[in-house]
Amino acid sequence: MAKINESLFSAEGLDKRLNLTQFNKVMMTEYWIPKDINFLWAMGVVLASTFMILIVSGIFLMMYYKPDTALAFDSVNYTIMQEVGFGWLFRHMHGVAASVVFLIIYIHMFTGLYYGSYKKGREMIWISGMLLFVTFSAAGFSGYMLPWGQMSYWAAAVITNLFSGGSLHADFLVEWIRGGYSVGDATLTRFFMLHVFLMPIIILGIIVLHFYTLRIPHVNNQESDDIDFDAEAEKYLAGNKKESKVIPFWPVFLSKDFAILGAFLIFYFYLVFFNYEFAMDPVNFDPADPMVTPAHIYPEWYFLWSYEVLRGFFFDIAGMSAMDIGLIAFAFAQVIFMIVPFIDRDPDILPAFKRPRFNIWFWVLMFDLVVLSVYGKLPPTGMNAWIGFFATLTFLGLFAIFPFITKADAKARGAL
Amino acid sequence: MREFKILGVLVFFTALLYIGVEPFAHSQMHAHVEAPEYDFKDADGVDKALVGNAQNGAALVQANCIACHSITKAGFAPMMDDATSAASYGVVPPDLSTAGTMYDPHFLAAFIKNPAKATKTEHKFEDGAVHPMPSYDWMKPQEIADMVAYLKSIAPKTMTNKEVFNDACNRCHSMKYDGMKIITDGPNGVRKEGVKARSDVSKYMGKTPPDLSQYIRSRSESYLHEFINDPQKHLAGTAMPRVGLTEKAENQVIKYMEEIGEVKKPEREALAPKFLAYLLIFTIFAFLWKAKIWREVH
Amino acid sequence: MSNDTNRRDFLGMSFAAVAAVGGAASLIGMKQAWDPLPSVLAAGSTVVDLKNAEPGKPSMATWRGKPIFILKKTADMPKDGRDLVIGSDHFTLVIGLCTHLGCIPAWKKTKWKCACHGGEFDSSGRNIFGPPPRPFDIPPFKVDGTVVTLGAETGPEYAKMMKA
Repeated sequence: MAKINESLFSAEGLDKRLNLTQFNKVMMTEYWIPKDINFLWAMGVVLASTFMILIVSGIFLMMYYKPDTALAFDSVNYTIMQEVGFGWLFRHMHGVAASVVFLIIYIHMFTGLYYGSYKKGREMIWISGMLLFVTFSAAGFSGYMLPWGQMSYWAAAVITNLFSGGSLHADFLVEWIRGGYSVGDATLTRFFMLHVFLMPIIILGIIVLHFYTLRIPHVNNQESDDIDFDAEAEKYLAGNKKESKVIPFWPVFLSKDFAILGAFLIFYFYLVFFNYEFAMDPVNFDPADPMVTPAHIYPEWYFLWSYEVLRGFFFDIAGMSAMDIGLIAFAFAQVIFMIVPFIDRDPDILPAFKRPRFNIWFWVLMFDLVVLSVYGKLPPTGMNAWIGFFATLTFLGLFAIFPFITKADAKARGAL
Repeated sequence: MREFKILGVLVFFTALLYIGVEPFAHSQMHAHVEAPEYDFKDADGVDKALVGNAQNGAALVQANCIACHSITKAGFAPMMDDATSAASYGVVPPDLSTAGTMYDPHFLAAFIKNPAKATKTEHKFEDGAVHPMPSYDWMKPQEIADMVAYLKSIAPKTMTNKEVFNDACNRCHSMKYDGMKIITDGPNGVRKEGVKARSDVSKYMGKTPPDLSQYIRSRSESYLHEFINDPQKHLAGTAMPRVGLTEKAENQVIKYMEEIGEVKKPEREALAPKFLAYLLIFTIFAFLWKAKIWREVH
Repeated sequence: MSNDTNRRDFLGMSFAAVAAVGGAASLIGMKQAWDPLPSVLAAGSTVVDLKNAEPGKPSMATWRGKPIFILKKTADMPKDGRDLVIGSDHFTLVIGLCTHLGCIPAWKKTKWKCACHGGEFDSSGRNIFGPPPRPFDIPPFKVDGTVVTLGAETGPEYAKMMKA
């Protein structure tokens, strides 16, 4: 029935029209989160906040940025950095946030992996999360092109060139993506469109999906216990707050999030003001020059492990060119994390410290990713190439044995 | 507490990753070079014991140098405008009014004796090409010392950072961001180009010397010192001459580059402590509120 | 009753098909909006006259954003099947991108050396040292007298050089 007599400008009137009371309960005061959690559980809110910082700082950068190969570099390094009020701050915030967001994404992702939060009912949370990793990567890659420095240009040239598919020689695809034979003005403006509009809108949509897929399975906890949320909620609402195993999203869960967020912001802004070269590489302060290749080209740190998998194979094997093997390994690396819920053959949801073989597997993976990242940055000569090769093999091997070690853990426990 | 252990693990992996990817990797990518040396020991000058006589030097300079070089301080105006100069010699011969302050006297002596050798650009002048300035190694060492003494006597005791850049670097390197304005509104809206190089030396050098507006950000301060002091160290075979700046003058050039390239650095350094202090207060309040809320549930 | 259902189904399916056709057509249109502009494709040709090339000193042209190395060989530089032969002159005509990872090598008196990972190419553009897997690529071209047109059309000289 559409006729509501209460005035729009009253609490009851508003509630009758929008069901705000119910909405507030579902989303906030009666959205139950386990109590047995640690500060790693705050990474979701930290990510949402960092994304907000990227959007707001991005909005201000857009006011003066010029997506034109002749104007881009100076619009950033002269107009925004030197003339616009606090332009330098927005630029530093945007660049550092774009880098730090990946640190938090990795922490968030590996927390999910460690506690088994990708299994048995939470697969869609995991997959939507991995889709966010992919879309954030695309946003980061397209954004890095915009200042049109040497690294912007050459990273774009190298990565768009990958789409030729090695032996497939799909040059037409590379040219189609670039909008021309080489990376140029057409490439810059379309990547501007991607970075500033399409990717943010897609990301926002997937974030909504990510939150939605989380709501019913509920957040996991440190022991990966299967909690009866309804029973525990009843305890809490009856006044048994200390005995209940759950807490409401608002205000209890969020109060801890805000505290962790505060600590994070101190770390983040310290970087913004004093230590930003890891995010804003000095090489990118040379204007793009298609005729001069910088001595060292490398992607941002968060792509390095992937980059090293791509170039880990530096010799031909069994008639296949190194480049082709590398491309296949690279494609595998992007997709493999996505299907982890489906290759895990352990039926129980448990944290890694209760899965002995998985625990070892997890920490070996962490070290391997660090090694891959460091060697992805180093020039691939001599010993570096060999270490990178073995680190790549380790990465591929870890996922090859994953189904077997998860099954072994389950068997040892008597679950299978 | 478990949470501190978790934080420790996080910090460990992050630090490992950061150190490997930043300081370690960058140290591998940049060759280690000898520190800059401002005595110019390897320059073939004149005996440092010789004391130059400025008065004698004045006469020698007027006889030998005025044909190409202006010395506005001493009343010798340039013979040609920059464009014609550059067209005639390949590069604009510098005005010598400030040379005595900016350049090391031992280097100056070596330069007068043999410009290509002192500037380490002999590799450019092969197959018949010659340095636009002739060598004066036929002069007596005392005469060269006298000329250097004269140049020192007329030079100003202090120069601004920008003046050093203008005299030592601007003939070849532009500094776009100094005085650059973005397009103004109106029918004749014009973009001002900032400080341009005084001559187009792309033919003379073989390559256009880069604009230096952002070099303070693209190169570290130590790199800039090493490079200016001896360009061949980092870029063997480069066309850029060693210009023989004193340590003081070199510091001034780099300070100028910072003034133009990192305009907001003082503002950034002033804002940082206030910003971070606020965030600390914010975090303390957040933790206090969290503690209050969680006291009820623990 | 079932007749009505069938007609509704058929109508519904036909409508869906019509909508799908519209959707596909939109996607094709969008693909074409993403295509390189005709003016960009037209600039895919570069003309170089080899008349005044100095023996032993390579010159660089640009074709489709890529550097092109042109070297008129001196008498003591070895002849090669990949040479472009015009009269009695032998030229090296190659895309100046290192076949390893695409950096632009620099000419060092008798050979090209790539600063990125140390690859080396001789005066014929053949890879002689380091990671490059193959010689410099030869761009498609045709030649008329001493005038070389780099672009999509290729002449018999190109075919011969590609076989070497």
